[in-house]
Amino acid sequence: MPLRLLKYALSKEYPGKRFFQAHETPKKSYDVVIIGGGGHGLAAAYYLAKEHGITNVAVLEKGYIGGGNTGRNTTIVRSNYLTPEGVKFYDASVKIYEGLSEELDLNLFYSTRGHYTLAHTESAMRTMRWRAEVNKHVGVESYVVGPDEIAKACPQLDMSCSGQAPILGALFHAPGSVARHDGVAWGYARGADSLGVEIFQNTEVLGIDVQGGKVAGVKTNKGYIATTKVLSAVAGFTPRICEMVGLETPIVIHPLQACVTEPMKPWLDTILVSGSLHVYVSQSSRGELVMGSSLDPYEVHSTRSTLDFVEGLTSHMLDMFPFLSNIKVVRQWAGMADMTPDFAPVMGKTPVEGFYLDAGWGTWGFKATPISGKTMAETIARDQAPDLIHSFRLSRFEDYELTGEKGAASVGH
Amino acid sequence: MKLLTCPVNGTRPLSEFVFGGELRQPPAADCSDQVWAHYVHNRNGAPGLKQEWWYHAPSGTWFIAERNTLTDQVIRTYLKGQESQA
Repeated sequence: MPLRLLKYALSKEYPGKRFFQAHETPKKSYDVVIIGGGGHGLAAAYYLAKEHGITNVAVLEKGYIGGGNTGRNTTIVRSNYLTPEGVKFYDASVKIYEGLSEELDLNLFYSTRGHYTLAHTESAMRTMRWRAEVNKHVGVESYVVGPDEIAKACPQLDMSCSGQAPILGALFHAPGSVARHDGVAWGYARGADSLGVEIFQNTEVLGIDVQGGKVAGVKTNKGYIATTKVLSAVAGFTPRICEMVGLETPIVIHPLQACVTEPMKPWLDTILVSGSLHVYVSQSSRGELVMGSSLDPYEVHSTRSTLDFVEGLTSHMLDMFPFLSNIKVVRQWAGMADMTPDFAPVMGKTPVEGFYLDAGWGTWGFKATPISGKTMAETIARDQAPDLIHSFRLSRFEDYELTGEKGAASVGH
Repeated sequence: MKLLTCPVNGTRPLSEFVFGGELRQPPAADCSDQVWAHYVHNRNGAPGLKQEWWYHAPSGTWFIAERNTLTDQVIRTYLKGQESQA
């Protein structure tokens, strides 16, 4: 038994150090205010302090950190996207993730599993070949495999999918991984806190003070904070924050639901995705199957879950794995996904001076946490977005230069 | 099972319906490219009571639903142009 553990057993008071200080009242002003204490906001705060020396930063979270979409996703990290811009961006994120446990000194249970996107139709196979070629071109390890290789990698899979949707092949993506998502938020929070960033939980932004087209401050339930730079990293709340500065965006909110089964002994090594059956599934380190599906089909600003979703998802899971018929679903939940028309994020500067946007993360936000934090920190520090996120700028819509990721960003389209 | 009322066919399961987006007024045909880009891409994404297009697929009926997108409550449904009779 390590000595550290003995200390916990013998001490009358909890001997552990808090991950971050529990600040209550914000100061009168900060150099940068970050709205949203999820992975993205905390990562941006961490890199602002670490790489740009900007430590007079407040992170405002209206609930608790990591309680939004950071803690509601299905924890998949991958970079097998469709556009070269997207593949480069997500590949940079995967590379940071690979060394992140060490950098943050926290075990994120980052586990590289290999990721199979199953194709049940000829048109899906065409998209897989397309993605494989784009990935290879950018230097990402993805290639198309046939049914034999899939059956070998996952012998439990019914290759005919109950005879309804026989598997013709798959896009295999070697770096595909899962990680402990709340750990990512907590690790970045601890890192940012130790560098001087102040984190405020239960602190809601009620308005943003814009004077002469420039950000002047933020109104919160804990008083007014003067600042010239505000980053909005609030996922499903983006339209409400943008309304405060009079900014119109293409973002609409749809719930995205997920669920887990009771724990089982480890049997599913890989991450499996089926676009046609609207399923993605992996087995967590606790043994639960973590499952997700496509977006709810209409706009709702709520994290309610529905029976329709579980019925639809489990029916397709049974097409793939008939032996799971006695396994119970033990939890289900939803997150509010901020969807864009081209399935790419909205990042960078906006027409309001000092108001920076990290949004449009729809169903693809968790995997981008480290790189979005890094690039948004650079954007704020230099007031100029790096080339890596140029294709994700808000003005791409008025320029008619969309970044079409629909074929690779989520399932069921 | 969630239900929605089609103004022609009455109350039906939600699975028979398709969401068509918010009711919006297109700009004049000779508007600037910027105005047109705004119409094509931007949406009123904030929550609230909205007028939306919905489609009853089995009967091919397009109609308007007034729905609160925060609570997902449908206030009323009617055929376009027949709002006063709803």
